[in-house]
Amino acid sequence: MEELPAAEADEHDSVGAVIATRALTKRYRGGQLAVDGLDLTVPEGSVFGFLGPNGSGKTTTIRMLMGLIDPTSGTARVLGQPMPRAARAVLPQVGALIEGPALYGFLSGRDNLLRYDAADPTADPRTRRTRVAAALDRVGLTAAAGKKARAYSLGMKQRLGLAAALLQPRRLLVLDEPTNGLDPQGMREIRSLIRELAAEGTTVFLSSHLLDEIEQVCTHAAVMAQGRLITQGAVAELAAGTRGRLVVTTPDTGDAARVLKEQGAGDVVITDDRVTAEPPERDLADVNAALVRAGVRVRGFGVERASLEDAFVALTGEGFDVAG
Amino acid sequence: MSQAEVVRRTGATEGARKTSPLWTFGLLRSELLTTFRRWRTLALLAVLAAVPILVGIAVKIETSDGAGGPGGGGGGPAFISQITNNGLFLVFTALAATLPFFLPMAIGVIAGDAIAGEANAGTLRYLLVAPAGRSRLLLTKYATTMAFCLVATLVVAVSALTVGALLFPLGDLTTISGTRISFAEGLLRALLIALVVAASLIGVAALGLFVSTLTNSGIAAMATTVGLLITVQILDQIPQLHAIQPYFFSHYWLSFADLMRDPVYWDELVKNLGIQALYAGAFGSAAWARFMAKDITA
Repeated sequence: MEELPAAEADEHDSVGAVIATRALTKRYRGGQLAVDGLDLTVPEGSVFGFLGPNGSGKTTTIRMLMGLIDPTSGTARVLGQPMPRAARAVLPQVGALIEGPALYGFLSGRDNLLRYDAADPTADPRTRRTRVAAALDRVGLTAAAGKKARAYSLGMKQRLGLAAALLQPRRLLVLDEPTNGLDPQGMREIRSLIRELAAEGTTVFLSSHLLDEIEQVCTHAAVMAQGRLITQGAVAELAAGTRGRLVVTTPDTGDAARVLKEQGAGDVVITDDRVTAEPPERDLADVNAALVRAGVRVRGFGVERASLEDAFVALTGEGFDVAG
Repeated sequence: MSQAEVVRRTGATEGARKTSPLWTFGLLRSELLTTFRRWRTLALLAVLAAVPILVGIAVKIETSDGAGGPGGGGGGPAFISQITNNGLFLVFTALAATLPFFLPMAIGVIAGDAIAGEANAGTLRYLLVAPAGRSRLLLTKYATTMAFCLVATLVVAVSALTVGALLFPLGDLTTISGTRISFAEGLLRALLIALVVAASLIGVAALGLFVSTLTNSGIAAMATTVGLLITVQILDQIPQLHAIQPYFFSHYWLSFADLMRDPVYWDELVKNLGIQALYAGAFGSAAWARFMAKDITA
């Protein structure tokens, strides 16, 4: 079962991709289409942000990738091998935090990790205690390791879940909302941990609904809505796909808006003392000169960089936190 | 990165991560530790240990009052009247008293919670991505439930033997057939009876495990298993259902008393073990088929 034909593992489009799905589809028994023809490619070594509103099919996708749910149709390959068929060979190399941590409340934090490690067929029992201690240390839980998990705060549970994903060196980490329930300090720690892991060569697949979080740590991103993949690619390209907006700060907003329209700017919007617009296809220095020539008193003039959120709104035509 | 590099890296990683041969035992050990460290498990065992104590004290009080013949009660086949002569009979009485309800109820709780409880807590998904493997996890759960059957039965037996030795005399004993056997042989038969009682619970354990794969609620699975147990016990008392009663998992439970005959009457004992094997096979396969195909959404 674990030995797969070499030809299959070398299939062209899966080389270099840690996760590759083709037309992956899941229809639940009730008829609800949770994931619809997903073609996802996660390059090796990337920190991949997986975005989408609640109910967009992110978690169902992650569960299919981890072999917990059988796809209705389509294929999923993780680390070059088909899931869920090759789960025994693939999953020991994957650390996962899926839909929040789940713990045995009556066991201590350390005993929880010992139990999860015992469930891994490739984990060496001789090094178990050392690895558990190292994982606890990595997430800053050493001091609370002996406490019963039911006494943990949400943030501590989240850290313990992360520790379980870090019990072994992994080639892929799948983290579903890893900063949920953490305070700002905890969030910063987790982000630096993710960067650290990525620097060691681990591919990180990070699902989140926090756009700025994705923007801060991710090299690549994909956006899902209503079970479909809307876009995927490098974060810089996604954001660059949407042009920034020209922003003019001035007390003479009416005149400014008129001049901008004359200069070919579209979608001119006035808010308080700011006029924003789609930048026209010409040198912006000329636009500024035209404003000054028209007697507009310019306090500020510049282009605001497009954020991932702008890209998202441009793609979906709606705000981010809309349930699909 | 070139294609060759990727392939080489994959090979190296797999080479470094050989499956440990003793892994299945590690998983079983972890499962046993987890089960027997729960307060709930210990509470169930404490209740079971209390039954022989109560029966022993009740018999002691009744006989020291000088009251006449001992009450029949749930004591089963003619064992309770002998307790005052020989404390060893408290073992048989206690097993006969706990087998119809207390023991299978405790098994129902453990078996019903086995998969559904993990699903309810969400820990099931982490065990499966570890990856424990669905078949192995199910087998481990069944083995642990059976270990609990044995431990629960032995707790009743040992508690009964201790109370019996403290409150009543010990010595040679009379079998149901009227012959005398030595105390040593009596002890051996008591152990044999405990093993048969533990084996009588295999069917309920398999049934509970199957129910446990159907739902994501541990409480629902436990309640269903215990409910089925009570229903079967009631149906087993209705004379009109005579034709199907031999197929109830509980129908031959009290046949363990035949081990106290001389010579031992094996007929119903064998039927009982056969029924248990049948239930284990049928519901074990059903649980496996269900669990292998199940979408883990909890």
